[in-house]
Amino acid sequence: MRVHCAVYALGLRRYSTYRAATVAGVFTNAVFGAINAMVLLALFAARPEINGYDATDAVTQVFVAQALLAPLAIMGPALDLSERIRTGAVGVDLLRPVPLLGWTLAQDMGRATFDLAFRSAPTFAVGALLFTLALPGDPVRWLLTLLSFALAVVVGFALRYLYSVVGFWLMDTRGVWAVMGPAGPVLAGMLLPLTLFPTGVADVLRYLPWASMVQIPAEVFLGKDSLPGGGVFGGLALQAGWAVALLSLAAWLTGRATRRVVVQGG
Amino acid sequence: MVETPTRVRATGNPLVHAAGAVLRPVQDYHRLAWIWVRAFAQYPASLLLMSLAVTVSVLAQVGAVVIVFGHAGTLAGFTVYEGLMVFGLAASAFGVADMFMGAVERLGSHIRAGSFDAMLVRPVSPLVQLAADEFSPRRLGKVVPALVVLGIALANIDVEWTPGRVLLLPVMMLSGVLICGAIWVATACLQFFVANAREAANSLTYGGQALSEYPLAIYGREIVRSVTYVVPLAFISWQPALLVLDRPDPLGMPEALRHAGPVIAVLACTGAALLWRFGLRHYRSTGS
Repeated sequence: MRVHCAVYALGLRRYSTYRAATVAGVFTNAVFGAINAMVLLALFAARPEINGYDATDAVTQVFVAQALLAPLAIMGPALDLSERIRTGAVGVDLLRPVPLLGWTLAQDMGRATFDLAFRSAPTFAVGALLFTLALPGDPVRWLLTLLSFALAVVVGFALRYLYSVVGFWLMDTRGVWAVMGPAGPVLAGMLLPLTLFPTGVADVLRYLPWASMVQIPAEVFLGKDSLPGGGVFGGLALQAGWAVALLSLAAWLTGRATRRVVVQGG
Repeated sequence: MVETPTRVRATGNPLVHAAGAVLRPVQDYHRLAWIWVRAFAQYPASLLLMSLAVTVSVLAQVGAVVIVFGHAGTLAGFTVYEGLMVFGLAASAFGVADMFMGAVERLGSHIRAGSFDAMLVRPVSPLVQLAADEFSPRRLGKVVPALVVLGIALANIDVEWTPGRVLLLPVMMLSGVLICGAIWVATACLQFFVANAREAANSLTYGGQALSEYPLAIYGREIVRSVTYVVPLAFISWQPALLVLDRPDPLGMPEALRHAGPVIAVLACTGAALLWRFGLRHYRSTGS
């Protein structure tokens, strides 16, 4: 456990060195958030309510999505693991007396913590300054939202880990990223809130793991009853379920892969 | 296969000489790009799948436009097909510009890695080398669906196709491509001065694309003014759309603007070229 804490702290420190990139990232997220928000405001000006969302809800979800974009790394970059599997450097990682999954998780959570504090919070604050957002008055809901964001980040990590670990079989995971990079944000409700999709499609997508990264956290923040199970706790349960299921799958696949990996010496 | 520039220069005719000076970068670009095309063609399955993946992302954006217009009916007086025309104009212009000039956004990483210094000592314009670097035909996966969407939209809008309109459309599209290319180069020049500025540049390049994929009037007067007079994004999709539809500007901006595309394109390219020269002159190698 102490090793994991140290790896976590190092992950946090590593990403805190790119200050100019952080500022540039917040700026870009805010610009994209503003563009998306204005499109949705124009849409809701024509139709004040769509499937239980009003203009404020939609704009809030836009900024939840833009705020979470960096910690989720939903459009990349891939975990370093991808490249290490391709080059064989993963052999060194496997020699460590700490399981690969736990090590990578601790490292990535360090990065995500930094991003939540210095990318998500400022992006969301800019959104709140520029637009009217639906901010919950209840402090308990803020805490539950934070928990939901944390679960979203774990689900995001598990998916990226899976995209990387298939590299043991595929050798190169750039193809996986080429497909999932653009598809992830659509499935997650980042391109458009899933609420705007045709009802049948939205109901299916809501239960897939990608929705647990943006759509479910946004609905938890907004306190919507469209969540699975009809409320905030149903949404959190779904996220926790996906986090456990995907991490278990990741652990199982890592075990399978390690048994077949051959690292050449010399 | 490709004519050597030395033969062009050999003749004493000054006109031929001037033509050579203009054509030289084009020939260089063509040659460098062709090397990359041949390199990528070594892995045809990978190239095809990558192109399809890019196509999927364009289709997702088209889906978003259709969903938004499906709920709203009309936005800023534009129907779904008119909206798709705006989308098609923006996506094809940015797609073509991205294909030919998009690689310039990697200037920062070339500077950090020292590979930009290598470009400076070669007898080919560094801008050409930078833009042709890793030229990939997979970006056609972005351009082709955008043009298909544009074609479908143009076939379904209620417009009387006079010969003037038919001729003006390609001119406006070419202007759009040039403006997008100029924006790409201008934002890349920022990286001469601020390393790691790539993501901020993306807010103008990809952000500009996202902005001009919808009828600009929905963003309100202030933003339309700034993307008309400061960063000329309005001439990529919005003004050409007003021209094709022959519609009064919903924000009451001058009607002459819709014919200004080519002039703006020349101005934007000149500006970008000057910025590039300025940046290049102030470039200091990292020494690595």
